[in-house]
Amino acid sequence: MFINRRIAALLAVMVTLLPLLAACGGGGGGATPGAAGTKAPGAPGATATAPIVKPTSAAVTPVSTAAVTGTPSVPVTGTQTPAPVATTTAAPGATTTTGPTGMATSTTAPSGTAVSLTNIPTSKNTAPAVPNAAEAKKYSGQTITYYGDSVGPGHDFDMAAAKQFEKQTGIHVKVIPHPKEADQTYAQYLRLFQAKSPDADVLIIDVIWPGSFAPYLEDLKPALGDSAKTMYPNIIKNDTVDGRLVAMPWFADFGLLYYRKDLLQKYGISGPPQTWDQLEQDAKKVMQGERKSNPNFYGFVFQGNAYEGLTCDALEWLASTGGGTFVNQQGKVTINNPQAAQMLKKVQGWVGTIAPRGVTSYTETESMDAFQGGNALFLRNWPYAWGVANAPGSKIKGKVGVAPLPAASGQQHVATVGGQELAVSRYSQHKQAAIEFVKYLTSPQVEAWRAVAGSYAPTIVAVANNPQVQKAMPVLKVQAVRVTRPAGILGKNYNQGSAAIYQGVNQIENGSDPKSVLPQVQQQLQSLLKK
Amino acid sequence: MSGRAWADRILKKPRPRRSGLARRQMLVAWLMLLPTLAVVAVVAAWPLIQVFWMSFTNATLTSLQPPQFVGLQNYERLVRDPVWWTSVVNTIRFTLMTVIIELILGMIIALVINSQFKGRGAMRAAMLVPWAIPTVISAEMWKWMYNDIYGVINDLLVNKFHLLAHNVAFLSIPATSLPAVAAVDVWKTTPFVALLLLAGLQIIPNDIYEAATVDGASWLQRFWYVTVPLLRPAIAVALIFRTLDALRVFDVIYVMFGNQQSTVTMAIYDQNWLVNFSNVGYGSAISVFIFLIIAIFVVIYVTLIGVEVEQ
Repeated sequence: MFINRRIAALLAVMVTLLPLLAACGGGGGGATPGAAGTKAPGAPGATATAPIVKPTSAAVTPVSTAAVTGTPSVPVTGTQTPAPVATTTAAPGATTTTGPTGMATSTTAPSGTAVSLTNIPTSKNTAPAVPNAAEAKKYSGQTITYYGDSVGPGHDFDMAAAKQFEKQTGIHVKVIPHPKEADQTYAQYLRLFQAKSPDADVLIIDVIWPGSFAPYLEDLKPALGDSAKTMYPNIIKNDTVDGRLVAMPWFADFGLLYYRKDLLQKYGISGPPQTWDQLEQDAKKVMQGERKSNPNFYGFVFQGNAYEGLTCDALEWLASTGGGTFVNQQGKVTINNPQAAQMLKKVQGWVGTIAPRGVTSYTETESMDAFQGGNALFLRNWPYAWGVANAPGSKIKGKVGVAPLPAASGQQHVATVGGQELAVSRYSQHKQAAIEFVKYLTSPQVEAWRAVAGSYAPTIVAVANNPQVQKAMPVLKVQAVRVTRPAGILGKNYNQGSAAIYQGVNQIENGSDPKSVLPQVQQQLQSLLKK
Repeated sequence: MSGRAWADRILKKPRPRRSGLARRQMLVAWLMLLPTLAVVAVVAAWPLIQVFWMSFTNATLTSLQPPQFVGLQNYERLVRDPVWWTSVVNTIRFTLMTVIIELILGMIIALVINSQFKGRGAMRAAMLVPWAIPTVISAEMWKWMYNDIYGVINDLLVNKFHLLAHNVAFLSIPATSLPAVAAVDVWKTTPFVALLLLAGLQIIPNDIYEAATVDGASWLQRFWYVTVPLLRPAIAVALIFRTLDALRVFDVIYVMFGNQQSTVTMAIYDQNWLVNFSNVGYGSAISVFIFLIIAIFVVIYVTLIGVEVEQ
């Protein structure tokens, strides 16, 4: 062969090696993104069914240096960030009921009976004492298997708690971290349940799963009904299927608006936006100024990819502008209404203007990276973002404020809730021991420890209101009406219903007319409700 | 020698004679095949039959009731499912884009590394690097390179070469997302095609080229009348491998786009129904449909290129 070998060889070298070299060299333009530490390991998971958000603000440092001063440390291993996204639950301040119009209305949460919490351990390696040790000792010698957390420092907390429980009760706990991707976890649990497997006693489940897993889960009401009364009622409602309490709320997630304090000040804006219109104006004003030095500066980043996270964001957009909550409590599909269409049209207008064009493929990771790299003014994200933004070495450390998400004027601020629950398999052969373990994990002592040492938002009202906990987690002070995704009402069809919602909204973001997309989504949701 | 030729030799040719020896040989052959057949039956045939059966039922993973036979219901729903047809079109577009470009580039690279030059060994090793990287990692890497704010590709096009006025979100605009991911697949899999073609090139005897040169054939003529015909079996193998791979593409697209409808492929849509929605009946119907589509491609290849050209 007599090709001009040198040229051809050069060409081949370029084709094969250039992209590799370029990738190793790192991103060229603009600022360097938020480092490996913020890269979700479970990118596939994040895109799928129901990625889990965990407020893993960090690798647990003592309270004094953690969230109080806003410097939780984040390990730079690539495995840190939650493949987030949320699910249903609550947090302080208010609970949600949904009125006949589908609009969330708020009632005040019970303040909760005071629990004296002294000596809250501040290290993830030291679990508090087992309050129910005496009853649990009856089952000493049994072995239970616990499918636990795998995101952030979650597994370390699980190990510490299991060790403490075993030491005081004699019940041996085998901790198995679930797969990192939420959809794989969902599939794995289904396989275990389908096989009627006794190999799983206690399982950590996403807050949107109780509806679909209910037939396989033990009713915890007889044993834990009293402790359930100390928790946020809307999460308990979420975890109650056909009158059975199939899971115990463990920690909560909720949507928040993060903003750059320094930039608002620089452009003479007095505080975070109260309405979506104001957010637009602020974003435009700051973008105009900042773009002179950084052409890639944007006003607002959120989770616009077609996945569970977009269902969460869309719920907030609709519920905060009188557009309802997709499906109302009476089981009527409300998503196709003028307010919803109007708000989604507004969101469509953001894409490519105040939000980057790429936002339609952003998950938590990409939106966090844009904000973290100093390229965005506003960010919609979960509590974990507080820890990441204020981590040592963060470009925006100390420059970030947190507020409720904007609403239309005259409407209430809302936040989509997510979180994780603990359930006991009905195929467990050691149900009593398993229930005792759940009782321990959901005790005020353990929730307080996890909040202070790991920024996991408590589900027990009194713990969330505890001054020491509040000091460690400033995001707990943000007040908004918690709205839940229609997981309970869609039951085992939830994943499909959520997919109909996020696919529709993603199409609208990409330019489709809400007036033609929403009726289709409505129809799909209606057919799922009939099943 | 192909499996078919072996089968001919063992099974067909002795048959007319029907001697005792031949019959004994046949028996031994079958006995020796038995373990393999048993394994194939258990790990391939049985699940396959199961999928066919499931596709006619309403089986779900979330129901405690045993699945019921629903006839062709799943298929009727599938042919009227617009997202399914989107996924079919996407998959075929992706397949055509990647296979054609990979074949052309793979051929060029194979010709280059088949010729003599300094550092050819190092070149051959370097060529394989993209192929050796796990798909999930290369997909994540490219996702970063395409990033609309930080991506190196935007940086090069906007700041270095001034080809674009402003950054472009390649992965978010429906018109560019499929070509963008096809480029990733081309980058990753071209070395594999080159390797297959290189193996084919190396068995072409040099004296044919010498004879052609003596006869005054130009470079192009030598390529067209000597290399291409003799390389046909290798090209066929490369094409079939790549087409089948591309038709079941899942990982690279799933990592870069998740469930976005502008890039959904048949395999991603199937995974959605089987795993995320736990609908085994409908998911199995999709699997069977994918099987049929792939079968059509194989038949086209076998008849057009003639895989059985070998002696």
